[in-house]
Amino acid sequence: MDDGRVKKGVNFVNLVDVGDPAVIAAEYERQGADELVFLDITATNQKRETMKAVVERVSRQVFMPLTVGGGITSVAQMQELLKAGADKISLNTAAVVNPKLITQGAEKFGRQCIVVAIDVKMDPTTKQYQVFTAGGKHNTGLDALKWAEQAVALGAGELLVTSMDKDGTKSGFDTDLYRKLNERIDVPIIASGGAGSLADFTTVFTAGKVDAALAASVFHYGELSIPAVKQTLHTAGVNVR
Amino acid sequence: MLTIIDYDAGNTYNVQKAFDFLGVKTELTADPEKILASHGLILPGVGAFAPAMQTLQARGLDSVIKQAVAKGTPLLGICLGMQLLFESSSEYGQHAGLALIPGKVIALPAKKGFKIPQMGWNQHELRQSDSVFAYVAQEYTYFVHSFYAQCPNEYLVSQVEYSAPVPAIVRNKNVYGFQFHPEKSGQVGIKLLRTFVEEVVEA
Repeated sequence: MDDGRVKKGVNFVNLVDVGDPAVIAAEYERQGADELVFLDITATNQKRETMKAVVERVSRQVFMPLTVGGGITSVAQMQELLKAGADKISLNTAAVVNPKLITQGAEKFGRQCIVVAIDVKMDPTTKQYQVFTAGGKHNTGLDALKWAEQAVALGAGELLVTSMDKDGTKSGFDTDLYRKLNERIDVPIIASGGAGSLADFTTVFTAGKVDAALAASVFHYGELSIPAVKQTLHTAGVNVR
Repeated sequence: MLTIIDYDAGNTYNVQKAFDFLGVKTELTADPEKILASHGLILPGVGAFAPAMQTLQARGLDSVIKQAVAKGTPLLGICLGMQLLFESSSEYGQHAGLALIPGKVIALPAKKGFKIPQMGWNQHELRQSDSVFAYVAQEYTYFVHSFYAQCPNEYLVSQVEYSAPVPAIVRNKNVYGFQFHPEKSGQVGIKLLRTFVEEVVEA
């Protein structure tokens, strides 16, 4: 999301306008999506008001879990978004800058309400998974697997892990990353970044052992339909709605 | 017109929005007179059992709810609101509930492959085929909970399988409970709320 519109990029850049969020949300509900995630990718104070209005509008017509994130730095802001209709709050940069925010949110709203989003890029020489913040612009130097463990210990009820290397490339999810995470983490993991084919979804659930998969481009551009993805997963023996 | 019982529970906004969508007027109130005059009551809830019961008691709402139920007013408890309907809960200690449905609330058992809380969609198995909610059979609704009810079969309308069999819809006469979030369960969730209004409250 940017300026109240749905946008999508490749490797976090070259954003293209996809459309009106309420219209897109209603269409995804009709197709059988299980959950929607709204991330304000260039959040500022002014745009947070726009986001609130969008969440308010979407939640009046679309009845499924809504996760909202982007630029949230305080419990008061979480409360405002929950009041507007969000069910879960996604923290990314602010969680790295101020890890206590995770605990404060979990204590106030329950840990099921607090999602920590982690944007991950592999260092090509050390092969270490590194955490990036500020919309993928800032390399924190943190080890992604360790940060994930810490975030859960602090109260995260769910992790939304995006592979920046895969984002928008449609070359498949980073299955190795999710398998390694799942060995260490006991909260649900949502895989994000790289969905391109029906088989990619099967692979990330069976080999990556994730609990949910998020896709944007392939659905926004109508390249894959949600029913086709679910049918493929069902046939592969993955338990889906 | 439905009355949503106000005891500072989280997440009442989305329950209200779902009824707005259905064109059903709701009022959020803690006023005993209004609750006793209401044709249908909703007890929402997100959070922990003990503080929720304490707030109900502090506002005298526990006895008001029991009075309304005794005179036949339909009541629907949602999520924690459903758990409050039972006799007791062992969430952070042992606590008494409203005792409107026989049974107790306990923690979901740990089991490999089942993350707790249960957070996601699960499929209903129907246990009472003559229920107004019978069409929920095989449908999926959205759950977020770490505790679940155990109650005699006669109160069980539907259940879902998780790390234990989890009562999903329960009923004792005019008292109903949904463990899932109908306001977050897509079109079937909306339909279940519509059924409560049309087939229970207005019937």
